[in-house]
Amino acid sequence: MAGRPISPRPLSPHMTIWKWRVHAVVSMTHRITGNAMAMGAVVLFLWWLIAAATGPEAYALFLSVATGWFGILVGIGFTWVFYQHMASGIRHLVMDTGQNFDLAANRASAFTTFIASVVLTVATWAIIFTTKGF
Amino acid sequence: MGAGTELGRVRGLGSAKDGVHHWWLQRVTAVGNLVLMLWLIFSLVRLPSLDHASVVLWLRQPVAAVPMLLLIVSVFWHFRLGVQVLLEDYSHGAARVIGMLALNFYVLAGAAAGVFAVLKIALGAA
Ligand code: HEM
Ligand code: HEM
Repeated sequence: MAGRPISPRPLSPHMTIWKWRVHAVVSMTHRITGNAMAMGAVVLFLWWLIAAATGPEAYALFLSVATGWFGILVGIGFTWVFYQHMASGIRHLVMDTGQNFDLAANRASAFTTFIASVVLTVATWAIIFTTKGF
Repeated sequence: MGAGTELGRVRGLGSAKDGVHHWWLQRVTAVGNLVLMLWLIFSLVRLPSLDHASVVLWLRQPVAAVPMLLLIVSVFWHFRLGVQVLLEDYSHGAARVIGMLALNFYVLAGAAAGVFAVLKIALGAA
């Protein structure tokens, strides 16, 4: 900003100059995952329900796509997206009660959301692969 | 705090005539989503098979159909509020009006189709 007096005080963060921290990544990821589910996973969910309600042929088409390699890739992807949004969403709810604003603890909880989402995704798909036979 | 009355402050209504209602419903539906989505994942993973017959038999039970209907309401309501925030942050003018209209149509049409599919199965028509 032109004409601003030069002072030794720190400026508030500038739009294009900031340091990547895990808290910021979690915040942005929460938005991206929520909106990705709204525009992607929701459509697949509706396809599944409507196919089941339509009949065996419509459902067979859904299942053949869902259990193909690309369908499974998308399935694993949205599973992670959901668990990540769930973990950062729970973190949001905790912070709404005024807790977890201590810098170290806040950073740790941000980091934990990523660990939790990966562990839950691996666990879910390990069970699916071992019990569903695809 | 501004010059509003005590009652006005309690109700949280400013000039927008809508205070923390959006924020609060986003939290209420977040808790709903948490419970219902975990229920859905557990239920599907526990089904012996995901073929048509198994899924229809499962969804015919009231203990599955009712939570599924609640899930559709909670999830669609939640992301309706969430995507609105995205549109308010990044779109302006006519694009925002069109975006909001498209969002409302998408949510209502999608939820209606989902509810209809569950009811059709639950009431034995599929
Ligand atoms: C490249 C930089 C930035 C990006 C991409 C970004 C992105 C976002 C996103 C996606 C959200 C909504 C998700 C959430 O609430 O978890 C958000 C919220 C927020 N951001 Fe940023 N942000 C940036 C920089 C900043 C800076 C520099 C500040 C403050 C100086 C800031 C303050 C906030 C606050 C206070 C909220 C919460 C708003 C609310 O709860 O309604 N952000 N940001
Ligand atoms: C475990 C279940 C879930 C929890 C605990 C949860 C929690 C939350 C919370 C607390 C917020 C508000 C964040 C803020 O104020 O910045 C939020 C935002 C959002 N959620 Fe969820 N959510 C869940 C599931 C879902 C699902 C299934 C969808 C989509 C189908 C979804 C879509 C969204 C969207 C689009 C936003 C707005 C994000 C933004 O643009 O800032 N959520 N969620």
